[in-house]
Amino acid sequence: MIRVLSIAVLALALFAQLGAEPTVDLQTFRETYFKHFPDLCLVDYANGVYAINEDAKQSWEAIEEFPPYEIAIDEGKMLFQTPFSNGKRYSDCFADNGLGIANQYPKWDRKQGKVVTLALAINQCRLQNDESPLPYKKGDLANILAYMADSSRGKPTQIAIPTGDPGGLAAYEKGKEFYYSRRGQLNFSCATCHIDNAGRRIRAETLSPALGHTTGWPVYRLKWGEVGTLHRRFAGCNKQARAKPLEPQSEEYRNLEYFLSYMSNGIPTNGPSTRK
Amino acid sequence: MTGTIKIRIKQQDDFTLIRTLISHPMETGLRKDKETGKVIPPHFIQELLISLNDKIVASGMLGSAISKDPYFSIRIDKAKPGDTVTIRWVDNHGESDTASVLVK
Repeated sequence: MIRVLSIAVLALALFAQLGAEPTVDLQTFRETYFKHFPDLCLVDYANGVYAINEDAKQSWEAIEEFPPYEIAIDEGKMLFQTPFSNGKRYSDCFADNGLGIANQYPKWDRKQGKVVTLALAINQCRLQNDESPLPYKKGDLANILAYMADSSRGKPTQIAIPTGDPGGLAAYEKGKEFYYSRRGQLNFSCATCHIDNAGRRIRAETLSPALGHTTGWPVYRLKWGEVGTLHRRFAGCNKQARAKPLEPQSEEYRNLEYFLSYMSNGIPTNGPSTRK
Repeated sequence: MTGTIKIRIKQQDDFTLIRTLISHPMETGLRKDKETGKVIPPHFIQELLISLNDKIVASGMLGSAISKDPYFSIRIDKAKPGDTVTIRWVDNHGESDTASVLVK
């Protein structure tokens, strides 16, 4: 009975949240964690699950001392600096030559009327320069992201939702809706695991808090044995809930990234990083 | 090949920690190419040599069970500043790489 009641209250709370201001969302979103993990500061959430699992943290810190993604950063730097066949470079497509800006992505692009992630911006840059787009999950694109993220390391996540432009807010709302919507055979939403059950175990793994989920990308996952992108992980997460994964850089995933990154505003970026 | 070996040296109280990250595909010869269905030929490091001032302090015969882009870490008796640590690998294609760093 109590359980049913608490679900009803939760549903009501969620319902009340829809249509609320992003700033209010952000507070509600964080309060859950602050209550749950009173010992953590906001910046700690950049460390993902390692912020709340001491054993895993020790081996993670040992890996981060000499991380496997260093190879990807070097590779990415080389790719980033190599000019296109028309002589232009990636740096011509971005503000500040593309360095130290990863913390500002994804962005609402008014002209295009959509959320532009850094990965999408890289491929748009390629298309503008008559190069073929790169696959979004791994490989060259992930390596370029690793280099660009590394150049922004330590800068706080800085995602803006434009006022006076309904499109940006609508994209944010769609991302939020995706986050709280149940899907798949297991009928899980992102929030089921990463808000309601963060810190609890799912089999042998500790569920990571959603706060800070976007700060460390791209990530070298030990499971992958290589660096991969956030949208590759989104797809994996959907699969684990036995839902049909969506295409990387689909509108749904971009909006989701927009919402999720906004929630981590102010948390320093520490990408690329390693995860189990 | 060049530039495949990264080395970090850390001086501890009573030993020197040598860590290395090598970029290498380490193909086992058992994997198939997803698109063509053809077996990817084996390509892995066979021999790893770690030396201090040209004297071998550790060596290993590696095989296909070692992961892609492998990481190794060894402890040796404390090295002096100015000593040279050299790491060399040779793979089953006969390709090789060598890198050295000075101990600080």
